[in-house]
Amino acid sequence: MDILVYVLYIVAFAMFILGLSGLTAPRSAVRGNKIAAAGMAVAFIATLIHIRTTSSWVIIIAALAVGVIAGIPPARRVKMTAIPQLVALFNGVGGGTVALIAWGEFIESDGFTALRVSSGPPIPLVVASLFAAIIGSLSFWGSIIAFLKLQQILPSRPLTVGRLQRPLNVVVFLGSVAASVVVGIGAITTGAAPIWFVAILIFAGLLGVVTVLPIGGADMPVVISLLNALTGLSAAAAGLALNNIAMIVAGMIVGASGTILTNLMAKAMNRSIPSIVAGGFGGGTGAASATAGIGDQQAKSTSASDAAIKLAYANQVIVVPGYGLAVAQAQHAVKDMAKVLEARGVEVKYAIHPVAGRMPGHMNVLLAEADVAYDAMKEMDDINAEFSRTDVTIVIGANDVTNPAARTDPNSPIFGMPILNVDESRSVIVLKRSMSSGYAGVENPLFFAANTTMLFGDAKKSVTQVTEELKAL
Amino acid sequence: MDYTGFLANIAILVLSGFIGFAVISKVPNTLHTPLMSGTNAIHGIVVLGALVVLGTAENPGIPLQIISFIAIVFGTVNVIGGFVVTDRMLAMFKTRPASVDSTDGKN
Repeated sequence: MDILVYVLYIVAFAMFILGLSGLTAPRSAVRGNKIAAAGMAVAFIATLIHIRTTSSWVIIIAALAVGVIAGIPPARRVKMTAIPQLVALFNGVGGGTVALIAWGEFIESDGFTALRVSSGPPIPLVVASLFAAIIGSLSFWGSIIAFLKLQQILPSRPLTVGRLQRPLNVVVFLGSVAASVVVGIGAITTGAAPIWFVAILIFAGLLGVVTVLPIGGADMPVVISLLNALTGLSAAAAGLALNNIAMIVAGMIVGASGTILTNLMAKAMNRSIPSIVAGGFGGGTGAASATAGIGDQQAKSTSASDAAIKLAYANQVIVVPGYGLAVAQAQHAVKDMAKVLEARGVEVKYAIHPVAGRMPGHMNVLLAEADVAYDAMKEMDDINAEFSRTDVTIVIGANDVTNPAARTDPNSPIFGMPILNVDESRSVIVLKRSMSSGYAGVENPLFFAANTTMLFGDAKKSVTQVTEELKAL
Repeated sequence: MDYTGFLANIAILVLSGFIGFAVISKVPNTLHTPLMSGTNAIHGIVVLGALVVLGTAENPGIPLQIISFIAIVFGTVNVIGGFVVTDRMLAMFKTRPASVDSTDGKN
């Protein structure tokens, strides 16, 4: 029977790999996800076979039922604009599971001391369990904070304790390591008191909290991606501790792919992962020096009817969406406007910066929801050369990713970050609620450029007005 | 499990890491969110760990039962919710105007 379980695990992880490779292309993605889900079902059945003699069926079935009831409705009903926080939440509970598994093992093996007699090399197994406990708890609490920030329950700006932030992080980190050492020593002697294991979970959880709190909203794509990778790694560690190959493979694949994605995001912001995790970026010191250069220039505001006329007589229009589009839920309005423009023979394209929005690919999902064909959504490298050939570019709720200072001003905090070269197009219309600066706290010279006009107001309302004016033309 | 078994697991771990890198190295930005959400669902595999810990314990005490119960609930939410939301997202990428089919090759 155990051979059957092992074989089923192998089948399962082969399906994960197959499914995941399907997720790398739009055409095969739906099938890829289904294959991965089927693999999960196989692994699940194998596990039930493995534990078939258990006396805890009642608890298991009750817990599974609660999980299904709690998991499906939010996944079905969530608005696409709220996807980042939902993914953060699902990621968090995954990390929480890992931490609880490690805790359960600790209890079951009398502080890991039973590992010595029963199952082979105790020290590596204990280390894997402790790693799983720390990273799992960190990921759980970090994700909860990320969720609260994305849900606007906590402010999305960086929350720090100033100069004490770094010492605080170090102390909390050392606390979790110290508690782990106590538990580790206990494992090879007489077993540590349970309170020490709880201390690990608390310190690691605090580490997650103090790490994510200082990270601002626009860095969220990196944070979510990083937390996802961490949960994967902790799952792999738990798999090692439990000698479960399905968990090892699945966890490690997620860890590796999450690391790649995190790196891509960090690169798109021209910042290193450590500097993002160190947090506190934006809204701080850099702002003052950056504003000085702009002085008292005036941005020109425009009206919906003027904007409509400009758009109607363009050959090509590029839409640059940002987080503001998600906040205003303007994706359907944008698609309606594009439809009207296309009916007039105007070509409409969408330029999407890799870190626009609050998670990797956030804008693509929103536009896809509004039925924008995925081949009309252009990646930064593909479209940057086109701006100079474009009559009108509409920037909807994006700011820092269009800031030409990143190219021209070495003193700017975002200097060197790859941006969309919006300023090269013949004219630019910026939809924005007010003149406030972007997340980085940096003034955007684009708003004051000669070819830029501002259309103030809620993005959705503005776009709808423009569409109506277009129809009336 | 002896040391050989443990080391075999480490070997599997290392190879899986390389597979993860290889499979994901070229993903269009369009799919970053579904990919994250999909991998998020896959790490829901941890629910197996929760099942094993509780399922293999002889006479689990109340603390272990409570911890395992929460762990299984969390893990199930992660895996079921993750796959459902990913499927929903991907279904949107599928619905395009019918005429677009001929231009599929561009991406």
